[in-house]
Amino acid sequence: MDNIIEIDNLIFEYKRDEDREVIRAVDQVSLNIERGSFVAIIGRNGSGKSTLAKNINALLLPTFGEVNVDGFNTRDESALWKIRQTAGMVFQNPDNQLVSSIVEDDVAFGPENLGIEPKEIRKRVDESLKAVGMYEERMKAPHLLSGGQKQRIAIAGVVAMKPKCIILDEPTAMLDPKGRDEVMAIIKKLHKEGITILLITHFMDEAARADRVIIMDKGCIVMDGQPKQVFARADEIRKLSLDVPLPVELAERLRQEGIAVPPEIITAEEMVEFICQYK
Amino acid sequence: MSIQVRDLTHIYSEGLPYESVALKDVSFSIEDGEFVGVIGHTGSGKSTMIQHLNGLLKPRSGSITIGDVDITKGNVLMRDIRRRIGLVFQYPEYQLFEETVHRDVAFGPTNLGLTKEEVDQRVIEAINLVGLDYDEIGERSPFELSGGQKRRVAIAGVIAMKPEVLILDEPTAGLDPKAHKDVLEMIKKIHETQKNITILVSHNMNDIAKLVDKVLVMEKGRIAMEGTPRQVFSQAQKLKKMGLALPQASDMMNKLRNRGFDIKEGILTNDEAFVELVRILKPDIKG
Repeated sequence: MDNIIEIDNLIFEYKRDEDREVIRAVDQVSLNIERGSFVAIIGRNGSGKSTLAKNINALLLPTFGEVNVDGFNTRDESALWKIRQTAGMVFQNPDNQLVSSIVEDDVAFGPENLGIEPKEIRKRVDESLKAVGMYEERMKAPHLLSGGQKQRIAIAGVVAMKPKCIILDEPTAMLDPKGRDEVMAIIKKLHKEGITILLITHFMDEAARADRVIIMDKGCIVMDGQPKQVFARADEIRKLSLDVPLPVELAERLRQEGIAVPPEIITAEEMVEFICQYK
Repeated sequence: MSIQVRDLTHIYSEGLPYESVALKDVSFSIEDGEFVGVIGHTGSGKSTMIQHLNGLLKPRSGSITIGDVDITKGNVLMRDIRRRIGLVFQYPEYQLFEETVHRDVAFGPTNLGLTKEEVDQRVIEAINLVGLDYDEIGERSPFELSGGQKRRVAIAGVIAMKPEVLILDEPTAGLDPKAHKDVLEMIKKIHETQKNITILVSHNMNDIAKLVDKVLVMEKGRIAMEGTPRQVFSQAQKLKKMGLALPQASDMMNKLRNRGFDIKEGILTNDEAFVELVRILKPDIKG
């Protein structure tokens, strides 16, 4: 199998400054991410999801273990920019990620720092803005845009680096319903175009749309599989402070009523199709 | 006590080239003890509106009468307003600053000039009300707590002021599903025990449908819709046009109705959807 990310026995520890107590945020995680896949990572607050993500693009370096991104080890300082270019990150709050007063300047910021020539930058900026549906807004000031639009600009800034992988850390947490839909549609589209997607989220319905769901708890991976396999374990998931998507919960309750809802039903669309057989 | 908002208008950067009308003739009433949800897409004016309610912003024109005081009048003491109207901002845990949970929650009541005994009593009460154990965490640093716990401590700091009106701006954003559920239940409990007016600003339609008595829908600085959750969420097309959505359960049941099922209107919660699904699926099973 062709993996874009290979994590081998990763441990990440930090010292809390008041009492010098060592906190282990990621505890012996081994994980491969297949090139071109769409992986959702879920887990309660403080389970180590974001720390894991920051270890992937070398914002943090392992205490023990190895992280390889497209063949580059994150400990190799000379590969740092290569790694950040390969695996771009998008964070929760769009306001903290935009640096310029004009949308297209903001998107150009990354490629400029890579030392790419102006003509190519122009091309990349236009392409990226079109990819996220924000080309018409290219001359606007980011602070006048909606949350969903700002988040799409942040994604465009990453796309302009031509990454092979994009890691999104709760990109929809602060967005209104339309903004969430917009961002999820862009993520789906980029995935279709071949970019590997790592989506950290607290929204179970977003995780249900991935190819693979990983659940973290106390720094470890506790479940890993296709959404339908993972969400079939509803009771265990609830014990991890998580939940299952609404259709899974309804399916579970319908089964108790003697209605044989198949286990692969995890999205609203699938549930609607299933019920339509009873018409 | 009730709140009467009349013809509230607010203009940002008035007279400058980029002047923008954030609120335009906003009028609504909130009855004593009512639980109100405010929804609207980003930039619809929700935050501007709630900042007027506790006097952080002054309107261009219009009035806000809380109880019998018009808080937009110049002679009103801001301190008195803020004591009566508690506002919990987005990500309130970023505002924690004290060395212990106790001291953080005590900050507000201490500034009210209460005696130490009164302050201590309020702190203990508030911490217990947000579902935390005072004996366990009172003397701990707020920064050692989990994300959900920090948020509760921050909310306790506002509760300890005993506000007559409690406004919460996206109180569950960024929380994991369990913490999300716990914070919602906490808000419900606070509302039920304090019997105060509670105003919840949220992008989460499921939460709004489950909790509130009345929904205000804002769009372009105006109140676009107002009614019970059932009334508001029965207008799917209108909401969609405003960039809003339905609660997940309502959305799924609408899809089934569109596919020809005879499904009751106005389904809001998972429980209601379940009952309806059993009703339409069971006869088939038996037959």
